[in-house]
Amino acid sequence: MEQSRKNELRRIATTIRIGIIEEVYHAASGHPGGSLSMADIMTYLYFEKLNVDPHDPAMADRDRFVLSKGHTSPVLYATLAEKGFFPKEDLVTFRHKGSYLQGHPDMKGIPGVDMSSGSLGLGISSACGMALSAKYNKKDYRVYTVLGDGESEEGQVWEAAMFAAHYKLDNLCAVLDFNGLQIDGPIADVIGPAPFDEKFRAFGWNVIEIDAHDFDQIEAAFTAAEQCKGKPTLILAHSTKGKGVSYMENNCAWHGAAPKTEQYEIAIAELKAQLASI
Amino acid sequence: MADKIATREAYGKALVEFGAKYDFLVLDADLAEATKTCFFKKEYPDRFFDCGIAEGNMMSVAAGIAATGQTVFASSFAMFAAGRAFEQVRNSIGYPHLNVKIGATHAGITVGEDGATHQCNEDLATMRVIPGMTVLCPADAVEARAAVEAAINHDGPVYMRFGRAATPVLFDKDTYVFKIGKGIVMADGEDVTLVATGMMTAMALEAREMLKAEGIDAAVINLPTIKPIDAELLTEYARKTGCMVTAEEHNVIGGMGSAVCEVLAETCPVPTLRVGVEDKFGASGKVMEMMEVYGLTPANIAEKARQAVKLKRS
Repeated sequence: MEQSRKNELRRIATTIRIGIIEEVYHAASGHPGGSLSMADIMTYLYFEKLNVDPHDPAMADRDRFVLSKGHTSPVLYATLAEKGFFPKEDLVTFRHKGSYLQGHPDMKGIPGVDMSSGSLGLGISSACGMALSAKYNKKDYRVYTVLGDGESEEGQVWEAAMFAAHYKLDNLCAVLDFNGLQIDGPIADVIGPAPFDEKFRAFGWNVIEIDAHDFDQIEAAFTAAEQCKGKPTLILAHSTKGKGVSYMENNCAWHGAAPKTEQYEIAIAELKAQLASI
Repeated sequence: MADKIATREAYGKALVEFGAKYDFLVLDADLAEATKTCFFKKEYPDRFFDCGIAEGNMMSVAAGIAATGQTVFASSFAMFAAGRAFEQVRNSIGYPHLNVKIGATHAGITVGEDGATHQCNEDLATMRVIPGMTVLCPADAVEARAAVEAAINHDGPVYMRFGRAATPVLFDKDTYVFKIGKGIVMADGEDVTLVATGMMTAMALEAREMLKAEGIDAAVINLPTIKPIDAELLTEYARKTGCMVTAEEHNVIGGMGSAVCEVLAETCPVPTLRVGVEDKFGASGKVMEMMEVYGLTPANIAEKARQAVKLKRS
C-alpha cells in the first residue's frame, strides 16, 4: 500500500478512535476496549472495501456488514459517521434517551446498520443468512462480520461456522478480533476458546492470520478472502484491546467502562498527538 | 367432520402450493420429514436449506436472509422453535421486525409418545410476549393452509403453531378466508361463550352439543390469531353471554386463555374459566389418552361451562 494512502487511513482510524472516546465519555457507559481494537479494520472496510453509499444506506446490492460483537457499537457508529451516514455531532448522543444511537446496533433506526446485533453469537448467523440469500438471488455482493474472541465461546458461533462451510459461503468473510481479553479476564483464563486457527480450519474455513493494526496485512487479507472460492474466510486479527489509548491498552477493565473527565482528556490528548504525528 | 388431517400436513402442502405463487425460502433443522417441509424440499430443492440440528443458528440465519428482503420460513418442533431458540427469535427476528415466518409443528401434548421433553405447552406464551410478533394457531387443515398465505402477505414476523395429530376438518377450503387478528363465531349462543384455539375448537363444538342437551346455549368462538387478539369480538361475547370458557392445548398460564383474561379484565370482566394443561409437564402416551389425562376433552370444557354459568348467576 502506498505510504500516502496508508497515512490517510491512519488519520481516519485515529479520528474514529477519538469518536469512540467521545461516545463512551458522553454516555458515561459503553465498550471502548474492543472498539479501539477494531478501528483500523473498520476503517479499511468502510473506506477501501465495502460497496456502500452513505447517501443511499439501503442500496439494493450493497455489501453487508454485521457487527456480531455488537457491544462495540462505538467503533461502528464512529466509522459510519466518519463515512457520512449520519452527522458526527450525533455521536455524543450515544446511549442517551431519545437518541437513535442505541447501546447496541439497531438496523431499524440507524442509517448504515445492516443487522441489529448485540446478543453474542447471533450476528455471524445472520451474516450467513445474508450470504446465502446473495447466492440464491445470484447477487455478487459480499458479507462481512466482526466477531469477538470471547464471543466465540458461544456455541452458536460454531453452528454458524458449520453452516457457512457446508453451504460454501465464499462470499462471507468473518474477522475475529483476537485481543485476548474478555470481561472476566484473559480469555485463556476464563474458558480458553483458542486455538481459533485450528478450530476454524477444522470447520472448513479458509483462515488468514494478521496483525489487526497493520494496513498492509489488512489489505492483503481482505484481498485473499475475496479470491478464496468454495469456502468462507476467517481473518484472525491479532489486536490490542484499547489500542491507541495508553492506559486502556491490554487492560480488560476497559472492556465496558467509560473514562472519567480527567481520563477522557488524557485519551483525547494522546489520540490528537497521534493524529498530528501521522 | 369426516376428514381428519394434521395441521402440519396442511402446512407442508401449503408451502408447496404457495411456493409456486410467492418467492420464499424454507429452512428446517433436520426435521423436514416430521414438520412436512419435506414436501417443499422435494418440489423446490434449490429453495430449501437444511440447517442441521442447530435451531438457534437457523433462526438467526433466517433473520439474515429476511434482512436482505427475502421472505423465509423456518421450521422445527414448537419446543425448539419457541423454546430453545427463543432468544434468537426475540433478538434476531422480533427486534428488527423481519419477515421470518416460523412454522412450528408438534406443539402441545398431542406429540404423544415422545413425552414431556418434546411436548411444548409454553410456546404461545413465549411468542406472544415478543413485541410485534403475530401468533397464529389454526384449528384445522383448511385454516392452516390459509394461515400460511396470510403469513406470507403479512409484513413482519409470524409464529404459526401446528399439531402432529390428525384432527377434524372444520372449514370449507373454497370459502374460508384468514384474517389475521379476527376470531370466528362458529356457533352463536346466549348462556356462555366457549373460546377455543387449535385442535380444541373441534372439541368446543362437541362440548356445545353436550351443553345443549342440558339446556345451556353456548356460543363457540374459534381464535386462530392469538396475537393480535380479537378484543372486539371477545368483549362483545363477554357482554352478550356474561361468562366465558377458554380451551387450548397449552399451559393455562400465559397462553390464549391468559390473553383472553387480559382483554376482558380491561373491557368487560366476567367469570372466565380456562381449560388447558394445568401448569404441568406432559408425559408419554397415545394422543387421546394424553388428552384425557390433561383434561383436554369436550367433557371438561362442558364441565367448566357449567361452572362458569353458575358463577355468573351467583
